[in-house]
Formats: sequence, C-alpha cells, structure tokens
Amino acid sequence: MQKTAGLIKKRALELLDDGTVTRVLAWSRSEDFIYEVSPTFFDKGNIDKMIYDSFCAANLSKYLIRACKEQTEGKILAVLKPCDTYSFNQLLCEHRIDREKIYVLAVPCTGMIDNDKLKKAGFSGVTKVIDKGDSLDVFTPDGSRSVAKKDVLLEKCLCCKGSEPMAYDEKIETDSKPFETQDRFACVEKLEKMTPDERFAFWQGELSKCIRCNACRNVCPACSCMKCVFDNPGSGVASKANSDSFEEKLFHIIRAFHVAGRCTDCGECSRVCPQGIPLHLLNRKFIKDIDDIYGEYQAGRDPASRAPLVDYRSEDAEPSIVEERGN
Amino acid sequence: MQINDNLEKSEFKPLIVAFCCNWCSYAGADLAGTGRLAYPADVKIIRVPCSCRVNPMFILKAFERGADGVIICGCHPGDCHYSTGNYYARRRMTLLFSMLDYLGIERGRTRVEWVSAAEGQKFSLVMNDFSKQIHQLGENKKLGDIRCKKQQD
Repeated sequence: MQKTAGLIKKRALELLDDGTVTRVLAWSRSEDFIYEVSPTFFDKGNIDKMIYDSFCAANLSKYLIRACKEQTEGKILAVLKPCDTYSFNQLLCEHRIDREKIYVLAVPCTGMIDNDKLKKAGFSGVTKVIDKGDSLDVFTPDGSRSVAKKDVLLEKCLCCKGSEPMAYDEKIETDSKPFETQDRFACVEKLEKMTPDERFAFWQGELSKCIRCNACRNVCPACSCMKCVFDNPGSGVASKANSDSFEEKLFHIIRAFHVAGRCTDCGECSRVCPQGIPLHLLNRKFIKDIDDIYGEYQAGRDPASRAPLVDYRSEDAEPSIVEERGN
Repeated sequence: MQINDNLEKSEFKPLIVAFCCNWCSYAGADLAGTGRLAYPADVKIIRVPCSCRVNPMFILKAFERGADGVIICGCHPGDCHYSTGNYYARRRMTLLFSMLDYLGIERGRTRVEWVSAAEGQKFSLVMNDFSKQIHQLGENKKLGDIRCKKQQD
C-alpha cells in the first residue's frame, strides 16, 4: 500500500507539473486520528498531504459533480479505486459530470478497513496499520496485534466487485492479489427466508435507530438531485427527525427506491451511517429483484446501457409476481 | 384510547385507495357506474393522468393516512394513452411491492390491475375481490401513522 501511495503521489505531481491537470482529488488525513480521512482537493502547495492506504474508503466520484461545475479550465485528476469507477461511469451516464474535465487515475485496492469493526475487535487508539495481505498488523498504544483482514474489512469490500477499473485514463498497477469475496445476496436471501413478521421486526429494530442525519443520502453518488424530495418543506418529512415508525420506513424505502437500478452497490450508505443501519440490504434487495425479474444488470459497468427503471419490455412480469413467487 | 376501543367493537370497515388512470380505468369505473354494477363503498378513487404518474410516495402516503389497501389501475399493456407509461409503472410497482414485502408488510395490500374503458364489469369484479381480500387481511397496522389514525376518527 505504501508503495502504491508513493506511485500515486509521484504521478499526481508529474501531471500537475506538465499542466495536464490543475488540481487533484484524493484523500488527506487529520492530524488527530488515523481513521479520520477526508476527500480533499490538492494542488502543488499541499500535495505532500495526500495519502492512500486502507482507510481511504470514501468514494470520490460524487465530489466531481460540483468540481466539474467549478472547473473553468484544465482538468481535475480523480484518484479512483476500482469500485469508485462504477459510480463514476454511472454519473457519466446520467450526464452529471463532464468527462472532458476529468483525468482518471485508477488505483489498485486491497480492501478498506471498517473502523467500527476495528473498534469491536478491541482496538482503540489505533496509531498505525500495516497491510500484510491476508492479515493486518494493528498498532495501538498498548502494543501491536495481528488481525485477519476479513474480520475488519468493510461490508462492501467483503463483496468486492473486482479489481478491474471500469473507466480510467491511466492505471497504476501493482502485484496486489485479489482476496476471497462473499456472495453479496446471501444476506438478502437470509432475510427473505424469514416470515413477514420476523422481517417486520428486524426492520423495525434497524430503522428505528435512524436519526435522519441524511448522511446516507448526502454521500450516495447516485443520490445527486439538486433538489431533493426530502428537502421539500411541504413534504412534512423535511430536515427533521423521524416522528414515528412510518416516517422511518418512508424515508428509507423512498431513498432506496430513488436509486434503484442506478445503485452500483458501492456501500457508502452503510459505511457512513452513524447508527450502523445495514442500508445496503435495501439497495441489494432492489438489485437482486432487478437481476431476477429483468435480467442481470450492474449499474456503472457500461455507461451506454439503460438503467432498468427507465427501460421496459412488453413481456415484463406483472406485479403479481411478488405474491406468486412465495417465500 | 377510547377511539381504539370503539374501533374494536365496531365492524372493520377498510379504506381502499384506487389510483385510476384517466384514459382507461377511470372511464371503466364510470362505465361500471352507468351500468349499475356495484362495487364496495370502501374504495376511494383518485384519478391520475396515467398509471405511471403514481409515485411510490403516493402509495406510502395513502397507507400513512389510514388506507388498508392500495390498488393501481391502468390501461392494458400496449394500450397506454401515452404509449408506454404503464410499462414503466409495471416495473416500478413490481419493485416497490417486492420491497414492501421485504420489509414485512403483508402481501395483498397492494395490487396492480389493468382495466380498459370498456371493462366496467371487470372494474366492479376487481374492486369486490380486492375489498374481500383487504377484509381478510384486516386493519393496516404495520404501515400507518398513529397521528393520522386519530385525526381520521
């Protein structure tokens, strides 16, 4: 990872120097905590603060929407991980970003750390993490300990879509080997097998944790409307905490529905949720249904494809399929 | 508290919201009326320009305000006044119904039916059948807003 970070920084500096790009979109770290990593724009002045390691989970594609509007001349260097390039493609497909203004540097990824899982595994005050392939050496003030990677990786990384970037101008290659991934629909199937009352209780429990901070909406690269239905003061659900269990469900059903067919399953919603609600389960349910009923579709793989919800076929299944297919 | 007691004592009268497209199903409902075909008074019709005008939010809001069942009626596939509206509605509603099922809401509270302007009889049959189904399912407790229930009574 450290080698990769060096290569990225070197290449970014070269591109800034020869004038190909005027600024760089990547990650920087706060001085206080190792896991406090924020997306940042860099130029020649602060490029030395740029980092890339197992804490750089943030998907940078959404930041390009505003950056493209602000960019008057020259290009932006976007450092994108393979899974971020899906969101990048999807935004291109929806004409939200301007390809001409962006220079994509695709970087390899060996999985990103879930800070909550790290805490649960008993690490507090982490000062340093060294990637050892299948395991991580985690340093804390109490000493260092090794932990299996699969125990502390983000949900989205455990169900990694692959190490091949979908869009790039230039690629940084390393010899990082891909790791074992899980079936991303296994968790959805588990829920589907429950009885309706069990499912209701499960979601009631999860969604009642929601504090309506809107972090899931704000981070989502697919959720990029300038005016959101949940900001409409007339809607009765704008910018306030949920007042009852119905509003919790309303917000989460509509949020997931609005990105159905366009969600690349980048997992940012679950990652940023301060309450730890498994929001990816809602998105994956839509993806699974679309795959089952309308044929397999991966948003962001092919920028020329039509999203399933803005497409139709005359022989599509009738909505009664939901009742007929059983549990 | 009193309100709820009354509810339990009195016979369950469901509230069913039917979104009917202006060009086919609403005319079908009209035909049912002129043909003197009966359909339950539980059904409240909301006219929409096309079945694809129905936003998932409409359906959820209907449940919030105390609906026990929501049915969407449109032109038969291929006959949409706007050519393709009902095809889009079909995909959207399939996914939404599946999601409601995933959240544990009873299946059968939502339905999509295609009713043409000439099918007054079908309209009446569909509404009778749907009302019967909602009677069996009983009151919608999982998706309601308590505050709205009180106001209604």
